[in-house]
Amino acid sequence: MLKDITLGQYFPGNSFLHRMDPRMKLILCVVYIVLLFVAKGITSFALIVLFTAGIILASGIQFRTIFKSLKPLIFILIFTTILNLFWNAGEDGTVLLKLGRLTIYLEGVIRALLMSLRIILLMAGTTVILMYTTSPISLTDAIEQLFAPLNKIKIPVHTFAMMMTMALRFIPTLLEETQKIINAQKARGADFESGNLIARAKALVPILIPLFISQFRRAEELATAMECRSYRGGEGRTRMTVLHFSSRDYIAVLAVALLFAGILLLNRYLPFYSI
Amino acid sequence: MAEIIIKAEDLCFQYEDERAEAPVLEHLNLEIEKGSFVAVLGHNGSGKSTLAKLVNMILTPTSGKLFLFGKEIDEENMTEEEYFALRQRIGMVFQNPDNQLVATIVEEDVAFGPENIGVPSKEIRARVDDALEIVGMSAFAKHSPHQLSGGQKQRVAIAGIIALRPEIIIFDESTAMLDPRGRNDVLATIEKLNRDFGTTILHITHYMEEAIRADRVIVIDEGRVHLDGTPREVFSSVDTLKKIGLDVPQVTELMLALDRDGIKIAKDTLTVSESADAIEAYMKKQSLEKK
Repeated sequence: MLKDITLGQYFPGNSFLHRMDPRMKLILCVVYIVLLFVAKGITSFALIVLFTAGIILASGIQFRTIFKSLKPLIFILIFTTILNLFWNAGEDGTVLLKLGRLTIYLEGVIRALLMSLRIILLMAGTTVILMYTTSPISLTDAIEQLFAPLNKIKIPVHTFAMMMTMALRFIPTLLEETQKIINAQKARGADFESGNLIARAKALVPILIPLFISQFRRAEELATAMECRSYRGGEGRTRMTVLHFSSRDYIAVLAVALLFAGILLLNRYLPFYSI
Repeated sequence: MAEIIIKAEDLCFQYEDERAEAPVLEHLNLEIEKGSFVAVLGHNGSGKSTLAKLVNMILTPTSGKLFLFGKEIDEENMTEEEYFALRQRIGMVFQNPDNQLVATIVEEDVAFGPENIGVPSKEIRARVDDALEIVGMSAFAKHSPHQLSGGQKQRVAIAGIIALRPEIIIFDESTAMLDPRGRNDVLATIEKLNRDFGTTILHITHYMEEAIRADRVIVIDEGRVHLDGTPREVFSSVDTLKKIGLDVPQVTELMLALDRDGIKIAKDTLTVSESADAIEAYMKKQSLEKK
């Protein structure tokens, strides 16, 4: 069950997106999120869907993988859909259905669909642009470099970036270890499935305690190993891969700029059922 | 005689917290030559890992002197730069490969060391490729560590150390958590480093089969050097080894048992094939004598 978590999972590859500068990807990802909230009508959303499908195809990542990563969103999606379904369009709205005091408007249905679509695109777009095609280390590199000016006001940017890298590195190891401890406790007759919520929460204690202890031990060993490899913090460090923008990144900027312009135009001239 | 690269004089060490009553190392004396392949044997708690940590300057001796590359290690009289410069010349590979790998991609992990010491980007690339080539992991450069087996992870960890180009590499029970195949791969890598690159190796282990592959075996017990010599010399003192709770290779034990029963045979053999040859030779001689 733990193996299903794809958070922070990188799919190595050699696509256009893989080879983009992570800094540019990070910036464009933020722009993409802004765009999702700028988009208003069905037409602009259609454009973003096309664009997102395009980058997914360009990344070489299978649609199946992306759908799988959307699974945890299902409750938020249902909640959003139901909430927006009963949106009151007011006098001008087209009434679809009347259920006692509740009225469902056509606008409400469209709004519900677009809102859900926004959430799906938010997740799919950002995971593809950032998580799946950018190795966590180059992502933290990008963050480190983009936020480097913060060093001036005494914020240890390198330390934070290093912490992030290591957290990402140890997610699979931690999951493996958790599974091992669960199995070991099960073998001794521990019961994690029956009982009410409190009983089940209590049953987690015998998993968490050994997990914490082993992680502290691991942290100490890791610190020693890093020290042995001459780690002394961010100062005087060089990098194997030096980030630099290439024509690829400028093409991406152009594509996103065109998308932005397209959305603004569609919002203005073809705003079908704007939300 | 080759240059002495590690020298310990009356080295003592005691942990400061309450868990240790007795000193871990007691007046340990040792000299290790440049380019040698030394196996350090000892049971748990004998002080062999502590010795490794002292040599790598993670710990500082309570008393006694330690010389590395002919320089005395003395934290108080050394500048931080000198200290780190010296430490860079010594690499250490630990027991658990998972606790040594910091990056999510193999080659980026190997690059971690050189990045820390400020090697220019282009050279890091070259060093990483070289290091992965030496340990035979080039094909896995873009993999993520959790996709690798234990032996493969350990070889990546070794590559991470090789990329720092140390003159001494300490293996602190680096094979203990591996399956036989992984252990063999790691050991072959260690031998290659010693043979082809002249790296001085300090291999801490409790596997006798590994110790016999070294040039020299040092047995440590209760913080002192008990036996010191070639694998043949050390393993022929079966009684001393048994007394301090160590095994001897099974074949060596067999040969000694044969010898005790009056079968006069070469008793300092270490490997199965050597022993088989000796037994064969003995039997041929016997049958000739009968005729």
